[in-house]
Amino acid sequence: MFPEIFLSLSIFFILMVGVFIKKSFNLIFNLTSLIIIVTISIILTNSNNVERIFLDSFIRDPFSNYFKILILLSTLFVLNSSKNFIIDNKLDKFEYPIIILLSILGMFFMVSSNDLILFYLGLELQSLSLYILASIDRDNLRSTESGVKYFVLSALSSGLLLYGCSLLYGFTGSTNFELIADQLNKENTGAVFAMVFILVGLAFKISAVPFHMWTPDVYEGAPTSITSYFAVVPKVAGLALLIKFMFVPFSNILLEWQTIMIFISIASMILGAVAAMIQKNFKRLLAYSSIGHIGYALAGVATGAISGYQSAIVYISIYVIMNIGAFSCLYLLKKDGQYKENISDLSGISKKHPLIAISLLIILFSLAGVPPLGGFFAKFYVFVAVLEKEMYALAIIGLITTVMSAFYYLKIIKTIYFDDSIVTFEPTKNRTAKFSVIASCTILITFFLYPSILNNLVNTLFVS
Amino acid sequence: MNFPILSTLIFLPLVSSFFIFLSKDKTTNVSSISISLFSSVATFFLSLFLWYSLDINTSEFQFVEEKSWINNYIKFKLGVDGISILFIVLTTFITPICIISCVNSVKVRVKEFLIAILILETFMIGVFCSLDLVIFYLFFEAGLIPMFLIIGVWGGPRRVYSAFKFFLFTLLGSVLMLVAIIVIYWITGTTDITQIYEIQIPKEYQNILWLAFLSSFAVKMPMWPVHTWLPDAHVEAPTAGSVILAAILLKMAGYGFLRFSIPMFPIASEYFTPLIYTLSIIAIIYTSLVALMQDDMKKLIAYSSVAHMGYVTLGIFTLTKQGIEGSIYQMISHGLISAALFLCVGVVYDRLHSRMISTYGGLVNYIPKYSFLFLIFALAALGLPGTSGFLGEFLVLAGTFQKSFLAAMLATFGVILGAAYMLWLTKRVIFGVTNNSEIKKINDINKSEVVMLVTLAFFILFFGFYPLPLMETFNVSVNSLINNYETALITN
Repeated sequence: MFPEIFLSLSIFFILMVGVFIKKSFNLIFNLTSLIIIVTISIILTNSNNVERIFLDSFIRDPFSNYFKILILLSTLFVLNSSKNFIIDNKLDKFEYPIIILLSILGMFFMVSSNDLILFYLGLELQSLSLYILASIDRDNLRSTESGVKYFVLSALSSGLLLYGCSLLYGFTGSTNFELIADQLNKENTGAVFAMVFILVGLAFKISAVPFHMWTPDVYEGAPTSITSYFAVVPKVAGLALLIKFMFVPFSNILLEWQTIMIFISIASMILGAVAAMIQKNFKRLLAYSSIGHIGYALAGVATGAISGYQSAIVYISIYVIMNIGAFSCLYLLKKDGQYKENISDLSGISKKHPLIAISLLIILFSLAGVPPLGGFFAKFYVFVAVLEKEMYALAIIGLITTVMSAFYYLKIIKTIYFDDSIVTFEPTKNRTAKFSVIASCTILITFFLYPSILNNLVNTLFVS
Repeated sequence: MNFPILSTLIFLPLVSSFFIFLSKDKTTNVSSISISLFSSVATFFLSLFLWYSLDINTSEFQFVEEKSWINNYIKFKLGVDGISILFIVLTTFITPICIISCVNSVKVRVKEFLIAILILETFMIGVFCSLDLVIFYLFFEAGLIPMFLIIGVWGGPRRVYSAFKFFLFTLLGSVLMLVAIIVIYWITGTTDITQIYEIQIPKEYQNILWLAFLSSFAVKMPMWPVHTWLPDAHVEAPTAGSVILAAILLKMAGYGFLRFSIPMFPIASEYFTPLIYTLSIIAIIYTSLVALMQDDMKKLIAYSSVAHMGYVTLGIFTLTKQGIEGSIYQMISHGLISAALFLCVGVVYDRLHSRMISTYGGLVNYIPKYSFLFLIFALAALGLPGTSGFLGEFLVLAGTFQKSFLAAMLATFGVILGAAYMLWLTKRVIFGVTNNSEIKKINDINKSEVVMLVTLAFFILFFGFYPLPLMETFNVSVNSLINNYETALITN
């Protein structure tokens, strides 16, 4: 519990700092980075034993630790590489990093929860923070619109989720995940019904089809710095929660949720591949691509086996690396004080900005899952797990959508490399964004040297 | 031997491409060209040394390197035998020629072009060295990235369409192979092919897995009816890209049949022989007829490549000693001949910027040296005795006659068609009347072009008269391939 206590106290502290010191964005921003680093080191120094507190409603185990570190690390990269963007777009309000920290606190409770009530509280803390973040550029019509849209739809899904939780409590007599697991079986129709509601709510949070409608609008409308946060961190937490639900409370009704999961997975993969083809805005394209990627991760979850969950975790980890790289590239494309986000603006940048071009090349081929880059291994592990369960149709549909999605990634590469240049971007001094891009590319290129490095880590997560 | 010679061979071009990336020449590109030339020649000599020190009296894999890779269950395993060594030498031989050719033909972004070629070389050598299905897939697919860029960045006017078609066709074929590889892993518990050779894959899985592998190899080969990407890719690719595509990338599929399809799925290979025969015969006759009608030289040679690859698939699936040996010989010889022909087209394209046959005519009067070499290559392509092209086709037909008289007869008909389109091409380009006044001002081939073309001509003639060095190298490996295949059929 110590990381959470530290995080909450720090949030109160920097909130006070922000209120009492004028023009304190820089100070708070740096303090936030410091808090994140300290929290990471607290989690790392803690022992890896399983700890249960508050009547088993809160669990600290390797599983939650892994996700907490992934959340913190990706936030650190997202936040720091977007700093120049935030200042340039006058979003430098001191609340910005504080709200991000609050949402992280919510995610911490989500991934550590072992109880319906705690899980719901964490989810709401996270969601409320995200609503504010989506509309943080309040004078911008689209940002406000995306915030409201996200709020309305997300509130609906939270309602469904809560309804599912209450049904679950009614039919099993407990809010504790493990006790629910003991009570659940397929004869318990009401509880199976509750499972569907909860699945819908969670699918909404990770923007899986058919609950994905909000994603493209919110991604496009929100400022890029927020979009990059949305694309990475809440997805990690949402997937962790989903895996937790499937692994603990719903483990006995596998056949019931498996069909739903397969459907969601296939629908996400197909929609992600098809809808992205016609996009002109890079952020909107990444939104659809993220829907597709969630589909692949869910294919791993749909196996209902530990190896499948592990492959989904590996997938989401590599996805995080790729997306941080892709969004950091957007921070480097600045002209006349404006950040460009249309794909056509990228045309021919390989001539004037060869380094950005080659980084985008690596990241996009990796997103497309072409070997020997990291993205290939992510898909490879998922399909190994899927085929272990002999789910051939899922694997073949998944691989065919890979080819379809390769088409739109290739289209961007075509714009970068084959077309003539129109725009010359300003040389940016954004060191952190460059660092993120280079770090992400290096990991993706060298991943094939030790492709099992993540697997070895993830293998230790499912001890119980 | 403990020195990891195969890894060195694979990663030498990659490392040197990194040095080119760091080199700072802006206008002349001298240092990038010299680094790449030096490293590719060094790779070539290293591969010659490998060939020299290979024991050709055994069919065992040699110079085996093994490293645990993915969680100890998939190993990074490399090795060569009598068949793969020839493809490795072919790759390392063609690459320096491509680098020389790009000095004349590539005008923009030379540095990036050389990097792409060298990275591609790494992946190609990797394909021929790998003894593990996942590693093989990795290198097989990774080659798409540099080739996509070579076609797309340095290609002709319709380069975007061609590059996309090339990439998506190949990727779509290959994903099914990936499914098959993973299924094999779950059936046998390994992806190490030397172990899979010993474990018989159950009969009921063989056919479907064989088809999944076929979907990938048929696209890459290319076999009719999925060959349509090849003419587009060839026409739009720059000269060096066409050379690599025709000489090496197409051979990966033939090699894949020999290394994976036949030894791993002997029953399915036998079962599907009629299918392959049909597709090969259609490829030979249909694409030869299409080649006759082309007015673009590169397109004509591209279609002739499809026809030649038809002989290769036909020969491999006769599953006789002559057939398989002929196929391997045909692949090596086609690697040299098609490379030479594409270079020849590149030579005149650099001067007049046209690939149309009608632009040319009567070249022999103005550029005799070029015409002489072109004639040698054209005759080799139609399989004139005394050139390497003859021996491959002859052996393939000899093998086919043992299995199917009808297939052999139809394939022989293709030889005549081959002679028709090649001779007609020669007649229209080299001889005939000069209608284009620009041809009178054309320069004959320069020194670097002489070096490339004469080297290729020398080897084409040399292996036409003296095939023994090649034959001896793969003899034992082919024997054991056929023996294993036949014992597998008998035990089932």
